[in-house]
Amino acid sequence: MSRLFARIRFVVGALALASLITFAAPLHAQQKTPFIDPDASAVTEQKLLQQYPRIEGRILIPDQRESVLMQPAGRQWDYFHEVLLHWLGAIVIVGMVGLLAAAYFFLGPIRISAGRSGCKVARFSGFERFVHWLTATSFVVLGISGLNITFGKLLLRPLIGPDAFSAFSQIAKYAHNFTAFPFMLGILLIMGMWFKDNIPRKVDVEWLKQGGGFIKSKHAHPPAGRFNAGEKGVYWIVLGAGALVSLSGLLLLFPFYVANIPQMQFAQVVHAVVAVLFVAVILAHIYIGTLGMEGAFEAMATGEVDFNWAKEHHNLWLEEQLAKSRSTDHPQHPSAMPAE
Amino acid sequence: MARMKFLCDADRCIECNACVTACKNENEVPWGLNRRRVVTINDGQPGERSVSMACMHCTDAPCASVCPVTCIFSDADGIVLHSKDLCIGCGYCFYACPFGAPQYPRVGNFGSRGKMDKCTYCAGGGGPEAPGSSEEFKKYGSNRIAQGKLPLCAEMCSTKSLLAGDGEIIAQIYKERVIKRGYGSGAWGWTTAYHEGIAV
Repeated sequence: MSRLFARIRFVVGALALASLITFAAPLHAQQKTPFIDPDASAVTEQKLLQQYPRIEGRILIPDQRESVLMQPAGRQWDYFHEVLLHWLGAIVIVGMVGLLAAAYFFLGPIRISAGRSGCKVARFSGFERFVHWLTATSFVVLGISGLNITFGKLLLRPLIGPDAFSAFSQIAKYAHNFTAFPFMLGILLIMGMWFKDNIPRKVDVEWLKQGGGFIKSKHAHPPAGRFNAGEKGVYWIVLGAGALVSLSGLLLLFPFYVANIPQMQFAQVVHAVVAVLFVAVILAHIYIGTLGMEGAFEAMATGEVDFNWAKEHHNLWLEEQLAKSRSTDHPQHPSAMPAE
Repeated sequence: MARMKFLCDADRCIECNACVTACKNENEVPWGLNRRRVVTINDGQPGERSVSMACMHCTDAPCASVCPVTCIFSDADGIVLHSKDLCIGCGYCFYACPFGAPQYPRVGNFGSRGKMDKCTYCAGGGGPEAPGSSEEFKKYGSNRIAQGKLPLCAEMCSTKSLLAGDGEIIAQIYKERVIKRGYGSGAWGWTTAYHEGIAV
């Protein structure tokens, strides 16, 4: 009996095992088919860059700025700096020099129509001239050292060689960074001391309509106060461009205090574009203040201008000055009287 | 001629930072500077990935292009090197680099960063200093390439995640890996650095 039971147990056991294997086999196969991709939930470079222009993570080294894994925008900034800026700078600056040369050779300098009177009118105080030349000299240093960063390797490096060029650029870099401060001081002082005289007035519209008296006809002299509309334009451009280059420059001067890399790239774009346009405007300002107009330079050199120059270019201001000197009980003020 | 590249297989990187340590030690990189770093993305979340990153020695390297004194150049193996004698520390390469590779000894207010330092692919300076000389080592670190060796970071990577060598060969190794294991998150940074990824 026990043998029979044992046999039955064996058969049942074998059948159970067989059925287990038969049913388990496809089950086992089913487990093998789904492929587990460890990258299914993983981040990919393409997806991350689609979401955000740069990829950041966590790092173990102390310098947390290094936690940016990549910022492909560096290549776009490279394109701006090496292609767009070169063309913009070349067109704007060479264009302006060409324009001024054309003005000089075809229109010629603006003469004092009535000739010099020989009598002087005080135009700029010593302090005003100091502020002007403080800003002007620092602008020239900043302009040359700044243009050197963009154009030096194309224009100067082939002439003087890599070693001398690097030595010069090193000095130019420090000159640029430190001259920025007298320049900013100058901009602030200019803003304060000439603000009142540069507020746009009705008379400026007439001045602009007549093309400033030298574009349409050299002998037309539209009325103007202490500063004509052209000078007011220079004033406001100097303030606006000065503020933009100063702010963007400060961000670059103190890296990572306020701005990170993409912000510094943007600051550099603003700095470079505004500075190149600024240089072009100032070139025109230098031309009209020296070669372009007889009797203009002495205003900033000695502080006094010829009576006839003042009458032709700033008649309303001259009248004011004369009225002032009369009312202050100095009718025979020698510096404000005509020579006749 | 070989075209040397780096490739980090992010599916293998275990963020052990041995490449970082190896680089610092081999090149005696000063305190505070890191020529190589490991960045972990989505740290602690499912699917986090770590990528070891240094100078990728780009094709048309943007750093070299923007350098105002043209002190950065590519050598015959496509390795991007620079001259510390000519560098003026302006920081432009740092703005242009897509991988944050350029390093400076100081934070650098008023442009006082000092000379730029970055991964040399363990190829020294490529300048007037004799390859392997102590002058070269002081300025640029080790010159393993002159000895016929690859960069130490990749050579001692424990999981062989970081690969260095000829671009075509390491791309082939990576392709074979991806085919064999059935997945791969791509060659990080290649599209930006070399204008082409690795198609598997």
